[in-house]
Amino acid sequence: MCGIVGLFLKDKSLEPKLGDMLTDMLITMTDRGPDSAGIAIYGSEAGGRTKLTVQSDAPDEAFDGLDGALAEALSTDVSIRVIDTHAVLDVPAGKSEEARAALAELRPGMRVMSAGDTIEIYKEVGLPEKVAERFNVRGMSGTHGIGHTRMATESAVTTEGAHPFSTGSDQCLVHNGSLSNHNSLRRKLQRDGVRIESQNDTEVGAAYLTWKMQHGATLGEALEGTLEDLDGFFNFVVGTKDGFGVVRDPIACKPAVMAETDQYVAFGSEYRALVNLPGIEDARVWEPEPATVYFWNH
Amino acid sequence: MQTYDLEANGLRGLNSALQELNGSSNKTAWEIVNPKGSHAIAVGLNSPVEVTVKGSTGYYCAGMNQQATVRVEGSVGPGVAENMMSGTVIVEGDASQYAGATGHGGLLVIKGNASSRCGISMKGIDIVVHGNIGHMCAFMGQAGNLVVLGDAGDALGDSCYEARFFVRGSVKSLGADCIEKEMRPEHIEILKDLLARAGADAKPEEFKRYGSARKLYNFDVDNAQAY
Repeated sequence: MCGIVGLFLKDKSLEPKLGDMLTDMLITMTDRGPDSAGIAIYGSEAGGRTKLTVQSDAPDEAFDGLDGALAEALSTDVSIRVIDTHAVLDVPAGKSEEARAALAELRPGMRVMSAGDTIEIYKEVGLPEKVAERFNVRGMSGTHGIGHTRMATESAVTTEGAHPFSTGSDQCLVHNGSLSNHNSLRRKLQRDGVRIESQNDTEVGAAYLTWKMQHGATLGEALEGTLEDLDGFFNFVVGTKDGFGVVRDPIACKPAVMAETDQYVAFGSEYRALVNLPGIEDARVWEPEPATVYFWNH
Repeated sequence: MQTYDLEANGLRGLNSALQELNGSSNKTAWEIVNPKGSHAIAVGLNSPVEVTVKGSTGYYCAGMNQQATVRVEGSVGPGVAENMMSGTVIVEGDASQYAGATGHGGLLVIKGNASSRCGISMKGIDIVVHGNIGHMCAFMGQAGNLVVLGDAGDALGDSCYEARFFVRGSVKSLGADCIEKEMRPEHIEILKDLLARAGADAKPEEFKRYGSARKLYNFDVDNAQAY
């Protein structure tokens, strides 16, 4: 069991409240996933810049002087914003891969959570309420966001096992369910040069999407591919720079509810997660169909 | 009429107050406000109490119901009226998966759509869905009637026993050992009664009947290699 929440805003006036609304939704899903929690938030874009969100178990040491060291390695300007165990590094666009390589040298124990123009991912072990508090998710604004509360089944309760998983630049994925062919698929993808860092089943799902898109598939086509190539139970919610997608496996035993109004599209593992959204009484509320890809774009 | 604010007073207080009536013939009416998708609302009732839920609920609403009438003025999450023995449960909106699962008796009416596995392992319950139903409905259905005014999804009635299925719209596919059957006068009578009790505006003659071919009841040596 896990909990998923997602909110894709159509009405710009709600953007300053995105983090606040998502935090309430996330906390409601605590009893579906009290082990760990995470959130991907799509904030504002600074032209010509890329954001790398990094995490360290020893943030004081890891983030001390990191901006200077990275700036020197890349011979460019870098700024850093530290938030608890995470930090957002701001580098010139196009320097993302170079920065990743430099970070692996500079701080070998540090993890890159996400990279992209607008995405930031925060995730940690602990109750969703505590995790949201640590990163002040309530104060965040943005165009869309996805949150996850985890009850671990397929791998250990660790930061790297928490969701969301980044699936490429500005892409992320959260999962409720369990994949049964993740070991064989991981080997296959790794042989093809895809980076997979944990033993977690969901990361394989995320890597699969990245791999499909590297081979020319659109996100919609990659999601269609999961129905054929992934074995097991899944509700996936994915985010891209300007889009938001949902797919459920054909058996569809994991719960899902969606709501849409003129102001937003929302996803919740249960209706409880949606009850305090503005105008929910008059929203179109429905259960997404099995084996059907849903996608919204700005 | 008693009004109970679920958000203010909590679930346990509600269910214990309603269950205190169990065994009595007390026909009181209750209204539950602010359900906000909560789980297990009005479960384990065993008296002719009338409960109206003003909004949508989460998992297992009206589970194990006996005698009571529970009306939900909204949609319900998974497992509404699960294992119902008697009484009536009416959902004005949609129902999520396994509505009426394993029900032994009573009437479940869903005015909207029901999703997957509606009536799974039904054992005597009557279910009337005004809209459509999803896949694997009435899997291993043993007794009772499932009436669908709209369309049915994949694998209707897979491995069913003696439950009857009446569908007015299309059936995407029938499950293993489920076949279309002749609609005889006694089935028209059953259907007429159920449609009337469910407030459904449809004619029995518009429906097709499905049920078990009874070929899976006994071991067939020709299938030995399948095991």
